[in-house]
Amino acid sequence: MSPHTTFHPKWYRPRVSVWWWLEKRPYRLFVLREISSVFVALVAFVTLLQVRAVKQGPDAYARFLEWLGTPAVLAVNALAFAFVLLHAVTWFNLAPKAMSLRLRGKKVPDAVVAASNYAGWIVASAIVAYFLLRD
Amino acid sequence: MQRATPLLWLLFSAGGTLAALLYPVHLALVGLAIPLGLVDPAMHESQRTLLAHPLTRLYLLAFVSLPLFHWAHRFRYTLYDGLQLKHLTPLIVALCYGTALVGTVLCAWMLWTV
Repeated sequence: MSPHTTFHPKWYRPRVSVWWWLEKRPYRLFVLREISSVFVALVAFVTLLQVRAVKQGPDAYARFLEWLGTPAVLAVNALAFAFVLLHAVTWFNLAPKAMSLRLRGKKVPDAVVAASNYAGWIVASAIVAYFLLRD
Repeated sequence: MQRATPLLWLLFSAGGTLAALLYPVHLALVGLAIPLGLVDPAMHESQRTLLAHPLTRLYLLAFVSLPLFHWAHRFRYTLYDGLQLKHLTPLIVALCYGTALVGTVLCAWMLWTV
């Protein structure tokens, strides 16, 4: 792991603390963004529980809804919502940097790419809300 | 592992986009608005009908699976960089993508047997 020989002296490498990401605000924001993925996985897991409850029948579904209403689950979901929002906003803002769109040889401005993402977000949200709430 | 990287990144990217577009509204309704009584939950019967439709099940498979792979990829590198665990690479890779794979298979089986 340390490839230093007589002809290749050891590099100067100060040890970085395991807590390096606490040092500066951008680092902390970076780590929060990365941690948002844990809450993304949590939503996927709760969705599996919902599918199971719907499959098992009206009683299981009622119990699932009751479980969602318990204070601990509500608190976790409120926290998860904050993290999922952080994920969405950081994801949409990064999109113009991740892919450079060109139209007739000209680069599409970042603001236009980001704005179209947000427009898509609103449309997708409306469709999901329609299917989740209709009876 | 090197050869799988483009595929894993594609899954990460697709899952991230899907989660960004669909998760906030889903969680706001299912996790907050319904339990708080702000809106009425859908009846079991209508959820059951919705679940019986093949397109719903396809949607749910993507809805669960892709963001799980998004988590796996992001969490893997968070462990590397955040906690300096590069020496545990094989274990971390197995745990992260393994969990996503198990979740995907479980979800597919649950939806197949509706």
